Amino acid sequence: MGLIDKLDNKVSKTIGSLALLLVMVLLPLRVDNYVQNVLWNAMFYMLLALGLNVIVGYCGLCDLGYAAKFAIGAYTTGVLMKSFSWNFWLTLPVSMLISAITAAIVGGATLKLRSDYLAIVTLGFAEIVRISVRNMSITGSASGLIAISRPSLFGIRLTRITHWYYVFLVLVLMFIFITYRIRHSRFGRALTYIREDEDAAQAMGINTTKYKLYAYIIGAVLGGITGSFYAVKMTNISPTSFDFTQSANILLAVILGGMGKIPGVIVGAAFFAIFPELFRDIPIIGEMRMLFFGILLIVVMITRPQGLWPERKQRM
Amino acid sequence: MFSIWELILQQLVNGLILGSFYALVALGYSMVYGIIKLLNFAHGDIYMTGAFVCLSVFAALGNIVSGWTGIILSILVAMLISGILGYIVQRVAYRPLLGAPRLSLLITAIGVSLVIYNTVMVMTNSQPMFFTSGLDNAAGIRIGSILITYIQLVLLAMSGVFMLALNFFIGRTMAGKAMRAIALDQDTSRLMGINVNRVIGMTFVLGSSLAAVAGGMACVYYGNVQYNMGYTIGIKAFTSAVIGGIGSIPGAMLGGILLGLLEAMGTQFLGSQWKDVFAFGLLILILIFRPNGLLGKTEIERM
Repeated sequence: MGLIDKLDNKVSKTIGSLALLLVMVLLPLRVDNYVQNVLWNAMFYMLLALGLNVIVGYCGLCDLGYAAKFAIGAYTTGVLMKSFSWNFWLTLPVSMLISAITAAIVGGATLKLRSDYLAIVTLGFAEIVRISVRNMSITGSASGLIAISRPSLFGIRLTRITHWYYVFLVLVLMFIFITYRIRHSRFGRALTYIREDEDAAQAMGINTTKYKLYAYIIGAVLGGITGSFYAVKMTNISPTSFDFTQSANILLAVILGGMGKIPGVIVGAAFFAIFPELFRDIPIIGEMRMLFFGILLIVVMITRPQGLWPERKQRM
Repeated sequence: MFSIWELILQQLVNGLILGSFYALVALGYSMVYGIIKLLNFAHGDIYMTGAFVCLSVFAALGNIVSGWTGIILSILVAMLISGILGYIVQRVAYRPLLGAPRLSLLITAIGVSLVIYNTVMVMTNSQPMFFTSGLDNAAGIRIGSILITYIQLVLLAMSGVFMLALNFFIGRTMAGKAMRAIALDQDTSRLMGINVNRVIGMTFVLGSSLAAVAGGMACVYYGNVQYNMGYTIGIKAFTSAVIGGIGSIPGAMLGGILLGLLEAMGTQFLGSQWKDVFAFGLLILILIFRPNGLLGKTEIERM
């Protein structure tokens, strides 16, 4: 490919992304609340998928309990606001901190061993979180926390769906920026190296345990932030929002979308959020959905192990 | 009233039963992990399938044979069918990926688990099914004010027999020796003339049929079967395997029994809603402080 072509490709990609962004910005002027809510939900999944992508896509670790990460964020914010009447924006750093600490404990215990232990430990940890919030009175037991108050931003109280649409749009852009920067930093390249060949990475002097742990913590913190915003958008949170199906959906979005590739992950997340809406009225497909995804997962892994829309290998 | 010692004795019996379920499922987990380094997520679902097959066969036998004969026959059929299922899963989903990165294999296992879980869910309409064995639940040995039923004793004996048989098979037969050889070094085993693929297939058949035994026992013990029963037992079996030292056969048995006992005691003293938290918390603690388990060998991660 010549230089002109390459430049051309880059220009058209930039124009395409900007056009898409413009459409996303202007869309709320034209569509009703229902569509905005569906799109909000899609952006919510994008945030989760972008966060999980750091763990699964960049570093090649398997996390089966990502729902627990955003549950921790959501409940931290919820409890601080309900029981201690904190301002929402002050709860954010706390929820990031708690996410990081729990991730350091879980990851620290497992990542120095075989990294595939992480898969099942995250699954167990997700159950611990879910059962704990269901049984503690401070987290509202089985019914969860209700009537969490809405925060304000620039003097506007964020109550309407259009507000949240824009808040999440900004968050998605921020997450894309952050994860893109991580991907193209020295740290991100080290993660790719670990994913592709852990032995060789170690031989090149990369402290693989430390880097894997950092990737895991970053993913957890991003999940925690998403959870905090989720809590104030929904105002009601309950343990059922954080079960295994949720974790599986996010993981599927990342894997099928193309592990590691940001546009792929975004498309995957949008698909998983919008697909059930499209087929909501056809009950049999709703029931068979996960069965279908299971088969898809096996077929994709056997035929295209890099995901449906993989990252192109960088040439050295 | 119950004295504290009687409560502990009662929980000891409960824990032993629970532990023998875990041990039987953990064996399959541990064997597969030992031989191809795969965390077989679908294993809990194979246990669940085994339970459903056992229940259906027992219902179909109906008037012909009942009681323990019927139960044992049903369990044997369940073992056969689960064994075949385990083999098919291995052949279709795992074998093409044996040389692939471990993450792909792991994700495929999650896919298999989703497929089995959701197939059974759709087939049973998400409803539990009930198992009426017709056995006397009240007959048993009384010690003070507690009761150890004959059902519990037979189930314990049954799991003991299967575990001993497996131990004999792995330790004393040529096929078992081949399995141990592959766990140590797959390439060298192939050079020595062992048909590696066939032995891997056999491992899945063995592991799956042991899971079916546990599934059948769960039918009798709990009296109901549901599509999601394999989910937590999958994690707990893994916990048992890690406690005992993953890859080790006696370790899986010991770990299962130990986890069952600890969980029963935890239920007694902390309340039943916390029993899963207790078990999974234990898993994290063990990985921090004794990652190779009680009977496991120190091993460096091989890639």
